[in-house]
Amino acid sequence: MTFSDAEIWMIIAALGAGTFLIRFSFLGLIGDRPLPEWLLRHLRYTPVAILPALVAPLVVWPEATGGQPDPTRLGAAAITIAVGYILKSPLWAIVSGIVAFLGLGALF
Amino acid sequence: MPSANSPRAAFWRGARDAAPFTIVVVPFGALFGVVGTEAGLDLWQVMGFSFLVIAGASQFAALQLMTENAPAFVAVASALAVNLRMAMYSASLAPHLGAAPIWKRALIAYLTVDQTYALAVQRYEDEPTAPLAEKIAFFFGACLPIVPLWYLASLGGILAGSAIPSDWGLDFIVPITFLALVAPGLRTMAHVAAALAAVILALLAAGLPWNLGLLVGGLGGMIVGAEVERRMTRAGTFQ
Repeated sequence: MTFSDAEIWMIIAALGAGTFLIRFSFLGLIGDRPLPEWLLRHLRYTPVAILPALVAPLVVWPEATGGQPDPTRLGAAAITIAVGYILKSPLWAIVSGIVAFLGLGALF
Repeated sequence: MPSANSPRAAFWRGARDAAPFTIVVVPFGALFGVVGTEAGLDLWQVMGFSFLVIAGASQFAALQLMTENAPAFVAVASALAVNLRMAMYSASLAPHLGAAPIWKRALIAYLTVDQTYALAVQRYEDEPTAPLAEKIAFFFGACLPIVPLWYLASLGGILAGSAIPSDWGLDFIVPITFLALVAPGLRTMAHVAAALAAVILALLAAGLPWNLGLLVGGLGGMIVGAEVERRMTRAGTFQ
């Protein structure tokens, strides 16, 4: 990482302030006034859209393999999703994903 | 003598309900300490993240982009995008807690994480007419086993971090944790459509500078999810 200490602290401060403002937004500024339905409908899909968009390139073109698709990582990702989806448990999904990553890594 | 539903009782009820989540919070916090240390942050910087941001997924997102040397504002904007869901949390807590004094609402906002939000909103929907003082006490109670452990786990991870070899493939632990957070949330066809659209768009847009592919994929996925929900609601098939 090529950031200076000052830059790292600026990132932390900006992210901290921005995250607080997001959390404070409606509770603090709008109080108990109702929101437009279309906005709530879009906000409902932020976690299931933003996180996959972040992860997809990391899974398909991992930097550790020089950007080449890698059966170990693809398999571990698929197992993590399957276990998380079926058991509805982040914890078991993480555990299965890590075990699968280590296990498949020993195979390939 | 306090009644069964005094604020004090509500506080401890919140703490008890939140206790099982320590199983998720401790490894996730420790992992951030380890990965942050591996990425080259010092102790205060890692603790600064966990204390000031207190939102694991976005901390990992910022860290990932920082190790890729993305521009600082891209790291911040992308990590904030990960936290946009908390605007929805804020909106759904507002009808229950909106009447609290401003400083309490500010403190509640700071402490709104996936687990405290989910517990509180479930409780408020079960007992919508409970007095404000009880609702607030329950929320702070739910924070008790979660937030201090988040700080401590991060610290533990920092201290363990330098003892962990760098060739363990830790790079892939972050994608696994994100996938593990998302998969249980794929409850309806609209959620699945949002996630699939986000993945396809993010891969197609991966060549864009400044990691804009993330925002293209994320916003595209949100629009697709909302549109699928709208059509399913109109057709009467949305659960």
